[in-house]
Amino acid sequence: MAVEQERLLEIKNLRKYFPVKEGVFRKTVAHVKAVDDISFYIKKGETLGLVGESGCGKSTAGRTILRLLEATEGEIWFEGKNLLSLDKKELREMRKEMQIIFQDPYASLNPRMTVADIVGEPIDIHNLASSKKERNEKVADILDTVGLGPEYMKRYPHEFSGGQRQRIGVARALAVDPTLIIADEPVSALDVSIQAQVINLLQDLQKDFVLTYLFIAHDLSVVKHISDRVAVMYLGKLVELADKKELFDDPKHPYTQSLLSAIPVADPTYEKERIILEGDVPSPVDPPSGCRFHPRCPYAMDVCSEKEPEFKDYGDEHFAACHLLEQE
Amino acid sequence: MEWQEVTLRLFKNKISLIGLILVIGFGLIAVFAPWIAPPADPSEPYMVPRAGWGFEPKPPSAEHIFGTAEGQYDIFYGIIWGTRTAFRIGFIIVGISTLIGIAIGTLAGFYGGWFDEIVMRVTDIFMAIPFLIAAIVLTTILGQGLRNVMIALITFGWMNTARLMRSQVLSIKEEEFVMAADALGAGDVRIIFKHVILNTIFPLVIEASMRMGSMVITASTLSFLGIGAPEGYADWGQMISFARNWILGGQGNAIQYWFTVVIPGSAITLFCLSWNLIGDAFRDILDPKLQ
Amino acid sequence: MAENKLIDVNNLKTYFHTEEGTVKAVDGVSFEIYPGETLGVVGESGCGKSVTSLSIMRLIESPPGKIEEGEILFNGKDLTKLSQGQMRKIRGNDISMIFQEPMTSLNPVYTVGDQIMEAILIHKNVNKKQAREEAINMLRKVGIPLPEQRVDEYPHQLSGGMRQRIMIAMALSCDPQLLIADEPTTALDVTIQAQILELMNSLKAQFGMAIMMITHDLGVIAEVSDRVAVMYAGKIVEYTDVKTLYADPKHPYTWGLMHSIPHIEKDLDRLEAIPGNVPNPLDFPDGCKYNTRCPFATDKCRVDEPDIEEVEEGHYSACWHVDKLEAKKSEEKGA
Repeated sequence: MAVEQERLLEIKNLRKYFPVKEGVFRKTVAHVKAVDDISFYIKKGETLGLVGESGCGKSTAGRTILRLLEATEGEIWFEGKNLLSLDKKELREMRKEMQIIFQDPYASLNPRMTVADIVGEPIDIHNLASSKKERNEKVADILDTVGLGPEYMKRYPHEFSGGQRQRIGVARALAVDPTLIIADEPVSALDVSIQAQVINLLQDLQKDFVLTYLFIAHDLSVVKHISDRVAVMYLGKLVELADKKELFDDPKHPYTQSLLSAIPVADPTYEKERIILEGDVPSPVDPPSGCRFHPRCPYAMDVCSEKEPEFKDYGDEHFAACHLLEQE
Repeated sequence: MEWQEVTLRLFKNKISLIGLILVIGFGLIAVFAPWIAPPADPSEPYMVPRAGWGFEPKPPSAEHIFGTAEGQYDIFYGIIWGTRTAFRIGFIIVGISTLIGIAIGTLAGFYGGWFDEIVMRVTDIFMAIPFLIAAIVLTTILGQGLRNVMIALITFGWMNTARLMRSQVLSIKEEEFVMAADALGAGDVRIIFKHVILNTIFPLVIEASMRMGSMVITASTLSFLGIGAPEGYADWGQMISFARNWILGGQGNAIQYWFTVVIPGSAITLFCLSWNLIGDAFRDILDPKLQ
Repeated sequence: MAENKLIDVNNLKTYFHTEEGTVKAVDGVSFEIYPGETLGVVGESGCGKSVTSLSIMRLIESPPGKIEEGEILFNGKDLTKLSQGQMRKIRGNDISMIFQEPMTSLNPVYTVGDQIMEAILIHKNVNKKQAREEAINMLRKVGIPLPEQRVDEYPHQLSGGMRQRIMIAMALSCDPQLLIADEPTTALDVTIQAQILELMNSLKAQFGMAIMMITHDLGVIAEVSDRVAVMYAGKIVEYTDVKTLYADPKHPYTWGLMHSIPHIEKDLDRLEAIPGNVPNPLDFPDGCKYNTRCPFATDKCRVDEPDIEEVEEGHYSACWHVDKLEAKKSEEKGA
């Protein structure tokens, strides 16, 4: 089917629970339901933005998709294969197709390796070069693509700025020529003036290499700029997913609405309706019953604390999970 | 921090400079032992020559610079060639026990789970046994001799390294660059060697240099107790064991035979001190950057 | 131009003398804060905004830092000339400060109530019971539900947003004239940030205090500030009221910054990134510190450092070529 083939990545009912252990014998007393039954797909060549606040599970979702964390349940379909059913060898092969860029440019590079080794490591692991010379040529090539000169190859991470390190991280991800890149808050730790450089770089690379991005972030303005479609997570669940313009022009879920209204706008004359939410983001160990958002929702009804709303399509693939919408 | 910078700072730091000078000094003595104290019998250079069969130690004289110990063993010769013994003991014991500790600690820390639990409990058991007594018992079982002493000390000397390595591995394991390597498809072996061990090596260097000194002291203790080197062997502990009967001096004069104790004792003390200074200096140099 | 300035900073220079060289963290900064207003101080890492606030509070670690030059007039008194003992009477009392990381700014072994009471007991002549009443009162004012219970809880029992409210309660417990807020919402989630900013605004009205809001977030600056100082590499490069700054920036850095951020209410194809890197404080360029990244830089910029000057009424900029920037702006408007 043509539609199915378009989908590079498809997640079905993905769950990732972390056990909470207590006592001398380390008994599991509870679970942190970091990702609790999410389903979505990403089309080849598009950017899906995944937003949410701390504790919503977006980073966990990204890492689980790559099997850096083992999923508790669910299916991860990538290029026609269920990643969760692959053995070690097959998974290793797959690692050439999907890569990740991390948030912290200081922690994600091995401080004792040179740039050449860092960017060249994936080439070495997958035997993509037949000699050291060839490998270094490839590294120089990729570094050039991300805007770093070959003179940087012999240097160590601590000699670079945050933005440059992030470029090294991007170069490392590109070294194996992947089709999917999961970008986990790639610009959050960078200075404002540098963020634009890296965002532009990611956009250019997407065009040049036909990349598909899962762009995880908490900054909605950045997500809006770079994504084609946007998904909103809250406490381990997807609450809304829509085309970018749709989501920002017509946010259906109360959480999305308050999220949008909470963003400070860089324009002192901008008037907007402020929906200030009460209370704090609850802990994923003991999520509220029914709709997880109900304790803070300005429109909460009785059914909201009893039953979880269904993640439904409200037309044109604009999905949302809300009882209020169901009633309308 | 790179090796060049570390070496540079080692030279700048006053404490480490003293330690370095001492160690180099000892090293030179060890290397040039055959020239400084030519062996009486070239095929058995470690046997300390005797200047007679007299029981009472003779004080330092022109012929015997450090005097002679009980049985007329030349103390000077013993000290000089004892330096070689000290280095041998130190390097072998510390080297092998460190390797064992690294291996055990890394595997326990990296793989965790029940393997980690079992390994750590075994480590705990080894640590619960009083070190010296364990070494004595083992040496008694194995028999006298430096080689058995070394075996005993290695057997009971790896635990701290293992624990240290394990805790290092546990913390490095969580670093993002390790996860990044995983994402690239790196296998466990690669991750362990390239990413984990390289980043954890510095505290181990500190620990190992401290143990150089303490191992030599312990080996000397065993020799002093008579279960280490064979009689007449050029070993500092041996030299002190010759002083056993003379520590309290002769009739009325407590320090009459000071040279039998002080000279070998100083050698041991200085040797241990020098390695400790280097270890301390390493800690000062490496820690702030590790922060 | 009111003469009753609350804070008047003149040519402040705070340098750090390190092994690797002298870091001119704040290099000749002048600004004022009037009673009851919010001054926004915006800049990226290394620009000196935090060091400026720490200098006002005289919390600079010395060595290696030192206020080399300049004066900080607080109600006419020069804070740089006061002893630490005299400063202690002012800190927490007349001038308070809240920080970015509420977890590390709160002592984990004392209850929340104890920590609020501490400031009250130091500065006010009340007994413990009255201080506790005050503390509960403050908790209520900062919007913490069930304050009588919360007052005995420990920091780890509270969420990030709550802890920041505690910080604010502590800071306001003695009714200060000036609150310095150093990146108070950067570590918080967006929805919590909105709560805290609203809280700060309402408290400002209630307490009649001035706020110095330090942040790198242009959105936050736009929301809360009356006037703004833009800092770069230890200097203020632009200084004016908030509406003028956003509508008509007159420094290439401010202008570049505004063009490089994605705007939630606008649709841009591509962001106009400022090229190059934020300069290393140990190795600032000669001349105008921004010249390495500025599209309008000329030879003069690489040699001579411009002073901050009034380019129109109440609007200050430190740039040799404001006219070039204006030309570019008209070009963009026309296009």
